[in-house]
Amino acid sequence: MSGSVAAGAVPAVRVSGVRKAFPVKGGGETVALEEIDLTIERGEFISLIGPSGCGKSTLLRVVGDLVAPSAGSVEVNGKPAARARLDRDYGMVFQAPVLFDWRSVEANVRLPLEIQGVGGSERDARVREMLELVELGGFAKHYPHQLSGGMQQRVAIARALAFQPALLLMDEPFGALDEMTRERLNAEVLRVWARTGTTVIFVTHSIPEAVFLSTRVVVMSARPGRISDVIPIDLPQPRDEETRETDRYYELVTEVREALRAHHGPAAGSVASLERARAEGGIG
Amino acid sequence: MSAPAVSAGARPSAAERVGARLVRILPPLLVFVAILVIWELLTAGPGRRVIPAPSAIAAAVGTDQALLWRSAQATLVEALGGLAIGTFAGVAIGFATARWATARDVLLPIAIGASTIPLIAIAPIVNNWFGVLNPLSKMMMAALLVFFPIVINVTRGLVQVQPAALELMRSVAASPTEVLVKVRIPNMLPFFFTALKVATTLAFIGAIVGEYFGGTSDVLGRVVLQSMSNGKFAVAWAAILIGAIGAMLTYVVVVLVERVAIPWYTALRGDEA
Amino acid sequence: MSAPPPGDAPFPPGVDVAEADDPTAAADVEARADALATGSDRGAEAVVGRWSSPGGRLLRTALALVAFFAVVAVLWEAFKWLAGDPWRLEGILGTSLSYEHFPPFRVLQATDLQLPHLWSIAEALAAPVQRSQETSLFTYLVGAAAYTLAEALIGFLLGSAIGIALASVFVHSRLAERALLPYVIASQTIPIVALAPIIVVSFGRGLTSVVIISTYLTFFPVTIAMVRGLRSPDPRALELMRSYAASRWAIYRKVRLPASIPYLFTALKIAAAASVVGAIIGEAPGGVKEGLGRALVNFNQQYITGPEKLWGTILVAALAGISFYVVVRIVEVLVLRDRGRQEA
Repeated sequence: MSGSVAAGAVPAVRVSGVRKAFPVKGGGETVALEEIDLTIERGEFISLIGPSGCGKSTLLRVVGDLVAPSAGSVEVNGKPAARARLDRDYGMVFQAPVLFDWRSVEANVRLPLEIQGVGGSERDARVREMLELVELGGFAKHYPHQLSGGMQQRVAIARALAFQPALLLMDEPFGALDEMTRERLNAEVLRVWARTGTTVIFVTHSIPEAVFLSTRVVVMSARPGRISDVIPIDLPQPRDEETRETDRYYELVTEVREALRAHHGPAAGSVASLERARAEGGIG
Repeated sequence: MSAPAVSAGARPSAAERVGARLVRILPPLLVFVAILVIWELLTAGPGRRVIPAPSAIAAAVGTDQALLWRSAQATLVEALGGLAIGTFAGVAIGFATARWATARDVLLPIAIGASTIPLIAIAPIVNNWFGVLNPLSKMMMAALLVFFPIVINVTRGLVQVQPAALELMRSVAASPTEVLVKVRIPNMLPFFFTALKVATTLAFIGAIVGEYFGGTSDVLGRVVLQSMSNGKFAVAWAAILIGAIGAMLTYVVVVLVERVAIPWYTALRGDEA
Repeated sequence: MSAPPPGDAPFPPGVDVAEADDPTAAADVEARADALATGSDRGAEAVVGRWSSPGGRLLRTALALVAFFAVVAVLWEAFKWLAGDPWRLEGILGTSLSYEHFPPFRVLQATDLQLPHLWSIAEALAAPVQRSQETSLFTYLVGAAAYTLAEALIGFLLGSAIGIALASVFVHSRLAERALLPYVIASQTIPIVALAPIIVVSFGRGLTSVVIISTYLTFFPVTIAMVRGLRSPDPRALELMRSYAASRWAIYRKVRLPASIPYLFTALKIAAAASVVGAIIGEAPGGVKEGLGRALVNFNQQYITGPEKLWGTILVAALAGISFYVVVRIVEVLVLRDRGRQEA
């Protein structure tokens, strides 16, 4: 599915004029997203970063057609987002692994393929391939509760890749993991990205993570959620642990941090932002 | 709900597992033997007692075999029939309440109310409705008690799904049927079995309460009442014992079915019955 | 679904919790633990709606119960309208209005003998118990209900005390738990109703027997829920206490017991209903003269001449059960009012 459209012609994602407002109890609305325009080329790795309540998770969900925008449009591979979802162009990874307790690791990875209607030996081969990709080949028959948090999240990534989706959407996938595990999985995600050529949109709170992974970092500001900066990350590929020690890496981390600060100011109004974020999260 | 992280291959050996099992069943077994011995010692000897010795009860099982067997069968049919009816109806209505908000609005208040009122008070009415001599009346009483916990737990299991799981299913464009089959129903099964275990006991309670409020005499509830008023205490105890064994066996069957049906869950929860 | 492994904090400090995964996910796991603990039927309230202020919670309970009576009443009369005996109403509420209706179907269970009109039951409740007497049926039944509730309350208190004590022992002694917990569970698979006549003969036709049966039905949900509740504190909280070199008693008092309170109340609500059931079961075959169980047996014998009396008794029994539940619920809301967590 991913390789079927001529490369270069159509961008992977085109977000134009998107606005998203949630109604508030007792009348009125909170604006989560305002005037969002973003074009993502194929094979890019885009990070969305910003303060709480800036709408980055909402933007991810709008792209993934999990939330409908109040205004504006989203095109994925030249198709409306809803069409892309029905065509199974998406792979999603959430902050929690969202594995099904009643399915073994391989059955969890197999789930989207079952739904897509991929059958028999091809399906099994794909599952094995994906598990090898995240280095969990030996755990196929295990159940989720037998795995650590990091392993569970790798299963979730394998599952998201099982479709060979054109677009991988990751919502703070490593937010709940410790720093060591997070860095290891960062490297793993980059490896997977390099091998599959998938376009990735990655929501994160971590500046180093965003810089290390991305081809571009999209900085967002809150109230209402807007894109305040787009910073190209020109670190050479492939990146590895040594990349984290280069001067250019530090410069870019600083640049992103300053971009965040410029639109953010000192951490004020945390209660208000929490409230807003809650409204934003209250979509499930 | 703790979930230890286990590395591949770290499984206990067969001998270790047998040992662990022994450690688990030995203490309750010893308690059982101790109770039996003390009971026998305290109550042995001639004379009729309200609490007869275990040996006397065993003897009663022998002498009144035919009556006890007949009654046990009748009560078992009532309880299991009621369990089947109540469970079937409860699952059906549970799916309906999970699916339609209107059904939920009507049925959930009833279910809440029913859990706070002594439903057994309605036993005489149920007897009248379905024929006091008809075993169906006892079955319906059992079914009534079984029904509500099943409805509530099936509904909860189907509705209380992790929101992210639904987002995930949406992101892969799963159909509502697929969401039901692959997410909601598996999620519901542990709730269902929890309710079913409670329901086994309730089914026997319903059947026996129904028997107390009238009907044929060859049923365990009547045998207990009759033997007590005739002073045949050992027979009454034998009847109770048989009823208890029937109820416990039913419970054990449910636990075993649960283990086969949702092994992932029993493993997750650990080994409590 | 997937519970995070211990030690992996679901939300490390600094992470934006609100934007993170839905917080109800955690509540889900908790609810399931509760369901396991008590085999329970609560949670329906949780599905009905969420109001988190104490007043809101009580209002929700009240609304649910009013809805209960309303829904039952509507279904009841609708059933009679469809399949009962012909309706002949004259002089409705003192006016000259009259109403006649011939139900299109006929079902035995909807006839006036099997399912009287609600207003017939109300009339029977207002009428004297017997022709020669002054007291109305309702007054008589309220007296019976008060007696049954008193029995139930004693059983409830005893059962809860036993449950809390057993759970406290189990939490501190694995051996005691291993040896006795199977019996606590097995005790509930024995239909206590079968034992009721024996208890009545052993302890006499009176309060003691009824209380024993009521206690027996009450202690189980409390035991199981309290074991869970006392084990519910975060392991890190227990480690913290150990780092203070706190005694087991201090840990019990300051950490385990407070943590168990929400679990306790969940069980107490079930126990309240169970204790009333136990009291009625104890009275019915036992021949305690004062309570509702006896009234059920008596009016059952008069069913052919006056089914309204039996129905009236059932109605009062239902009200008795509900009022006990409501009292426990009010105490729960008051005790837990300062806790942020939503307790259904």
